[in-house]
Amino acid sequence: MHDDNSHDQPRPASAGADRDPLARGESQPTGKPAVEFRDIDIFYGKFAAVRDFSLAIRKGSFVTLLGPSGCGKTTILRSIAGLVDITSGQISIGGKRVDDIPIYKRNIGLVFQNYALFPHKNVFDNVAFGLKYRNVPKPEIVRRVKKALDMVRLPGSETKLPSQLSGGQQQRIALARAIVFEPEVLLLDEPLSALDANMREDMRVEIKKIQRETGITAIFVTHDQEEALSMSDRIVVMNAGLIEQIGSPAQVYDQPATAFVANFLGKANMLPGSVTAMDGNMATIALASGHVVKAAAPKALTAGSAITVVVRPQKLTVGTAGAANRLSGRIVSTSYLGGNAVYEIDIGAGTPLRANTLIDGQPLREGETVDVCFDPLGCVLLDAQGVRIA
Amino acid sequence: MTKGWKLYDQRLAWVLVAPVLLLLTLLLLLPIAMMTVYTFFTFVTAGVESAVLTFDNWKEFLTDSYYHGFLWKTVRVGAITAVICAILGYFPAYFIWATTFKHKWLLLLLLIVPFWISFTIRTFSWIHILGEQGLINVVLIRLGVINEPLPMLYTEGAVIMGLLHFLLPYMILNVYVSLEGIDRTLIAAARSMGCTSAQAFREVTLPLSIPGLGAGLLLCFVLAAGSYVTPQLLGGSRDALFGNLIYDTIMGQLNWPMGATLSIVLFVLLGAAAAAYSRYMGLSQIMKGLSA
Ligand SMILES: Nc1ncnc2c1ncn2[C@@H]1O[C@H](COP(=O)(O)OP(=O)(O)OP(=O)(O)O)[C@@H](O)[C@H]1O
Ligand SMILES: [Mg+2]
Repeated sequence: MHDDNSHDQPRPASAGADRDPLARGESQPTGKPAVEFRDIDIFYGKFAAVRDFSLAIRKGSFVTLLGPSGCGKTTILRSIAGLVDITSGQISIGGKRVDDIPIYKRNIGLVFQNYALFPHKNVFDNVAFGLKYRNVPKPEIVRRVKKALDMVRLPGSETKLPSQLSGGQQQRIALARAIVFEPEVLLLDEPLSALDANMREDMRVEIKKIQRETGITAIFVTHDQEEALSMSDRIVVMNAGLIEQIGSPAQVYDQPATAFVANFLGKANMLPGSVTAMDGNMATIALASGHVVKAAAPKALTAGSAITVVVRPQKLTVGTAGAANRLSGRIVSTSYLGGNAVYEIDIGAGTPLRANTLIDGQPLREGETVDVCFDPLGCVLLDAQGVRIA
Repeated sequence: MTKGWKLYDQRLAWVLVAPVLLLLTLLLLLPIAMMTVYTFFTFVTAGVESAVLTFDNWKEFLTDSYYHGFLWKTVRVGAITAVICAILGYFPAYFIWATTFKHKWLLLLLLIVPFWISFTIRTFSWIHILGEQGLINVVLIRLGVINEPLPMLYTEGAVIMGLLHFLLPYMILNVYVSLEGIDRTLIAAARSMGCTSAQAFREVTLPLSIPGLGAGLLLCFVLAAGSYVTPQLLGGSRDALFGNLIYDTIMGQLNWPMGATLSIVLFVLLGAAAAAYSRYMGLSQIMKGLSA
């Protein structure tokens, strides 16, 4: 469903380059997108929180806005709900422009980071809230609240007050409250960040399951890459108010469009160097650390051009005799994680390499000298501007 | 063996609290106890009482409708003042809270500016506004709207006006503080689920600010019902409140036992109102704490 390469266009190195907004979102021409942003700019006073944001979201899909704190994720989400005014551009929901539709008439379900349950209303009244303002008859309200509570696996909790529920339960009630009136879009703003780690994983699965069962279009905001990778059909990576990359989880992880994406998702190793020779599609690269490596290049590169080789920690093999690209170094730190281990290896220049490898038994000790290898096909090349060479 | 730890050291706590405790005991509890004993003394003649214990004072209070009338009037004026304060005070508090004006602190400062002027002077100022030679009457007569000055001063209305002037800031501050405690995402949530801003106010803001409104009502009621200066300065003889009655009984008739009885009555009445309220407040505070 979501392995269509045409979505995956890297951000041009310089801002302001022309591009078709639709090409960056869903390309399927069938039906109107559930939500569509065209050239959105949002300013708080003089400060540009979001610039040049264009995205089309297919009905029923689960899209995640991923980025560091302050990059404008919440701002975008709130603009859909009408809680933030857009400065320019237009937003459509279900093909209808909503710029002039007030908040309360947009049919949108919102789940907040801090749950935002009404503390003075019991679970039933909280969940029934949206139905009450849609003139749903009372027996129907009762039926639908019950169904929503069943769905979030909290049946029979109608008469409890929010304060009598745990954090995870409160968030599930918040979810029930947001989906019970069958909104056109479900917006979730870091709904899991207030929960502890175990609960978070359960809720991740649960939210995803409910989204799939109801077929609702969901826009999910997080700064947690694991959440983004595990839940999304499509990930929008944002940085400082701009979109860095749009793609499926595998695309953004394996083919990061920019240095920022490579770094933000999974802390990739960045090895700066310059091209010394091209042999077919294989580039020979002299790294700043003094090593010479080979890497597959998607197009011919001119000798002498500056380049960055991006290698995921999982793509580095440690100790075993790999075929090509052998870098020797010394282990400076070891983190034992049970089935695998993360090593930091000093190869003699700049920041140490991070390698995450499966291990059998004891991990290697700090101070040991090891060889680190990677496959010429298992890396991504970025140009001098930090944009992926495609 | 481990002991539960506390935020404070027990002995240090006593030392630090002792001065206040001592003052309260000497200047509040002891006098109240003495007053209570006095209520059972026998009134002989003006300025003279004997330590012969009797229930006469209490009997007189309980049977004489003269006192009941004063009590009722005091409660009524207190209640009217508190309710008007609530109606007038809620919206200023709401707008100070809701405004996007950058210098909110200035608005809050304006609320306490009146406290910089002596309460008695502020009360006196009404004489120059409401009196026969006061601002309103002079202007109306000059304009030819009326021929005779309107009797505004020395009425119950003037007393309530003075009390409002004195108490409104307390109401506004109480409501403001409780509004400040409301999580604004709750309002965003209500709006996103289909509420207009008026409906969101009714569903979320108003119910969650009720504790502050309640605290303001209690405070205004107790301070108004216990007031003495305002009715003395702005009210006529018929507009005296219970406090003035006590003053008259003790300082005019020199009847200490009866004065003590009336004092204890007012004290118990206002204390009971405060206790009943703080019990309710206490519960709602706990609910708020749990949901935070
Ligand atoms: N009401 C506001 N007034 C002024 N600036 C704001 C306002 N709200 C947000 N900003 C600024 O806009 C930028 C984007 O904010 P936003 O809340 O969208 O970030 P975010 O990506 O959701 O971050 P986080 O992960 O911390 O929630 C931030 O730099 C923030 O300081
Ligand atoms: Mg945010």
